[in-house]
Amino acid sequence: MSFVGLSQDEERRMLERIGVRSFDELLGAVPKAARLAKPLAIPGPLSEIEIRRRFGGWAATNDAATCPSFLGGGCYDHYIPSAVNALAMRSEFATAYTPYQPEVAQGSLTAIFEFQSLIAELTGTDVANASLYDGATATIEAMLLARHQTGRVRVVVAGALHPNYVAVLRTYLDGRDLTVVADRGGQCAPEDLKSALTDDVACVVYQSPNFFGLIESGAAFHQLAHAAGALAIAVCDPIALALLDPPGHAQGAVAGADLVVGEGQPLGNPPGFGGPALGFFACRKSLVRRMPGRLAGETVDRDGRRGFVLTLQTREQHIRREKATSNICTNQGLLALRATIYMGLLGRLGLREVAELCVQKSHHAAVLAGAIPGYRRAHGGAFFREFVLECPVEAATVIRTGRERGLQPGVDLGQFKPEWKRWLLVAVTEQRSADEITRWADALRAAAGGGR
Amino acid sequence: MNLERRLLIEQGGNGHRGPELPACDVPARPLAELLPGVRLRDELAFPEVSEPEVVRHFIELSVLNHHIDRGFYPLGSCTMKYNPKINDEIAGLPGFALAHPLAGDEASQGALRVIHELQRVLAEITGFAAVTTQPAAGAHGEMTGLLMIRAHHRSRGEGDRRRRVIVPDSAHGTNPASVHLLGWETVTIPSEEHATVNLDALGRALDDSAAAVMLTVPNTLGLFEPRILEVTRLAHQAGAQVYLDGANLNALVGQVRPGDLGFDLMHINVHKTFSTPHGGGGPGAGPVAVAKHLEPYLPTPLVRESDGRLALDHDRPHSIGRIHSFHGNFGILVRALTYILTLGPEGLARVSRTAILNANYLMRRLASTYELPHPEHCMHEFVLSGRGLRKYGVKTLDVAKRLLDFGVHAPTVYFPLIVEEALMIEPTETETLDRLDHFAEAMERIAAEARETPDRLRDAPFTTPSRRLDEGRAARDLKLSWTRETAVPAVEPVGRR
Repeated sequence: MSFVGLSQDEERRMLERIGVRSFDELLGAVPKAARLAKPLAIPGPLSEIEIRRRFGGWAATNDAATCPSFLGGGCYDHYIPSAVNALAMRSEFATAYTPYQPEVAQGSLTAIFEFQSLIAELTGTDVANASLYDGATATIEAMLLARHQTGRVRVVVAGALHPNYVAVLRTYLDGRDLTVVADRGGQCAPEDLKSALTDDVACVVYQSPNFFGLIESGAAFHQLAHAAGALAIAVCDPIALALLDPPGHAQGAVAGADLVVGEGQPLGNPPGFGGPALGFFACRKSLVRRMPGRLAGETVDRDGRRGFVLTLQTREQHIRREKATSNICTNQGLLALRATIYMGLLGRLGLREVAELCVQKSHHAAVLAGAIPGYRRAHGGAFFREFVLECPVEAATVIRTGRERGLQPGVDLGQFKPEWKRWLLVAVTEQRSADEITRWADALRAAAGGGR
Repeated sequence: MNLERRLLIEQGGNGHRGPELPACDVPARPLAELLPGVRLRDELAFPEVSEPEVVRHFIELSVLNHHIDRGFYPLGSCTMKYNPKINDEIAGLPGFALAHPLAGDEASQGALRVIHELQRVLAEITGFAAVTTQPAAGAHGEMTGLLMIRAHHRSRGEGDRRRRVIVPDSAHGTNPASVHLLGWETVTIPSEEHATVNLDALGRALDDSAAAVMLTVPNTLGLFEPRILEVTRLAHQAGAQVYLDGANLNALVGQVRPGDLGFDLMHINVHKTFSTPHGGGGPGAGPVAVAKHLEPYLPTPLVRESDGRLALDHDRPHSIGRIHSFHGNFGILVRALTYILTLGPEGLARVSRTAILNANYLMRRLASTYELPHPEHCMHEFVLSGRGLRKYGVKTLDVAKRLLDFGVHAPTVYFPLIVEEALMIEPTETETLDRLDHFAEAMERIAAEARETPDRLRDAPFTTPSRRLDEGRAARDLKLSWTRETAVPAVEPVGRR
């Protein structure tokens, strides 16, 4: 099976038209010595029935196939309305490419324009792009923009940014020019940040809700960053933004964040083992010409009818080459589409309800856990959808007990730092029922040796 | 009478809503109590539209798109082949779609198995020792590859000196853009008459500051570099690494392996060669395959197997580090592995063979109608020039727009930069002879129209959902999001021609 429709007779006619006697003549430029002498040593071919059996077997061994999830840490199990899948799986969207010919790509382009509009509103900024790879790379691109804009090199991370994002920052920054201001009790103290703001700082990056689920005091960071001549970059969760004051908004005399980025997966995309994910990227209008990635803009056609095109392409690699604002040449089109449909379906009322349910359910879980001897929240601050539980045993033990009971009770933070090995990061979305939360609490009790 | 197409924000009304959420089944407490001192937002100016109307909106949008399931899509360098439906179903299995990236190895054996299998089969297909599946796209893979090259030179004490990357003038724009991201310098060398690498120019550029040579093979004209073994040997003699931009792997798969041509590393655009849907511009995935000496530098983590158990290996002291939030575009990797195992070794060889046959057939059919600046046998794609139509006042852009009226997508135009009025055509293996002939007839008819009714070409397209769009205006009067104030009137009858 190669999805090829070609008979031997057709092949013969084609070779004749080309003017060669055999297919091999077409490969004349390929060094003979380097040609494959034997077939590739890979499995297959497999029929659809065999594919289903093999992959179905693999998929079934993942806990996700059956176990309710309390996992978060930058990737969340939110409800995806049926209409999202039904619409986004349509060939018209899935099997089109980058809208290079806008006359036959108004579907994709209009959806991108709507995505940009919704993200700009959600983040409280002026403009958003058509999306980037994921939350970490969106953070990278924001950092690169800030360095270009300010002509400075140093990047300051304020408090508990996702450790994987910090790791990606280290990769791109080559280990230099990075200052991480440690959190105190889970949050970044403004006075700690202040002392890190030397005159070579290009940007302050903070996450809210942060990696531990805690809501940071963004306005204080914006003020400090701006006073130091640096840009403020907020890394945010899109569900939380439906409820919380968005970082792009000014608070009184204090300006908002210059750039608001984050992981858009929670908007109608499944966890999918962490990818494909969806980086969103928004900023104030004055930075638009330095933005990375694709942008859809409004215009008219020859009949004066509204339409959309990719615009400001002179920023991009295919035209600017080494002078481009970024090397990125795609967006996460299909995931941005899913996010657009999701936001459209839930709308003004629904998205806020999702956010409120997350707050209620996660706080309920925290109360239940706090009543179990040996468990306590590791931090005191206000949290949105997830929180860190300090366990009386290793988090890995709690997870093992949960798995035996058909639950995924949280993320073992020991995988990031050995000193966090008794910390369990627990996320509770609108998907978790009161009954599941009770079963989760029972598993915690059992893991601590308390029975039930 | 049609309704003017409306944006979501211009539809619905107060209180209209989509799917309902369940009532809160835990004891609810006031938000002010749960989130003390936290500022909540006053307003979220989102659409309020009922589910049936949201569905109609996106169905209406969808039919405005050209896509591979509807018709021919010969976009050069993009490998727009058929995307098998089973790939999507397999990626959607709950065990994969709902898998969490931080669940731990024990809970994720099935997901790790997919990554491990893909690492293995991609290494075999490309002829390299090891593979990372973390990069999310081709350009991301380029960046990853260059970071590994830098780590390699540093390990030899040459990191400070080797900071220049040699790129032919026919290269994709991502190559120099990726080089720039490292703060390195691109050295562009001119191609020879037939766009092959100029060995003299290469030799001159290969001094002791050269970090790497980045090549696309076949090149962007669809031609295989006949002296490739010499190119890689020269580069290695000068101490440089040779990077393959794997955009055109569809021409090689099952015929020749880049690792056997002397390359040190490459990225693989799985959304091209391995049939994952392009999604209107993503997601793709850009795994990077490397030779043995670069393996220590691969991003962390890698998936390792020992005693039948799979684990994420974070203990890699020489690694360049992490480059993605989690494990790359896993859902795309599932699709790619599904495709590879569906085809098997003979099937993959048939892919490249048919892609090459289709491209050569189409090239010879069109060579009498359009100029063919490079008449050698091509691999999976070829480049025509529309400069012969200039005398009628017709540009390549006009040809591209008119093609849309024939129900096919336009080729890639004005790339590569080294061909005037370029039309870069990649038919792929999944097109039948009938489809190729239909496209050729459309191209021939357009050439005739250029002679007879050139004005008509300049006005094209006529039958598409929009007429030619004013790109200049979009850039001048920048409007990147909707506003309620400027919404078009809700209902406007329009007559379409």
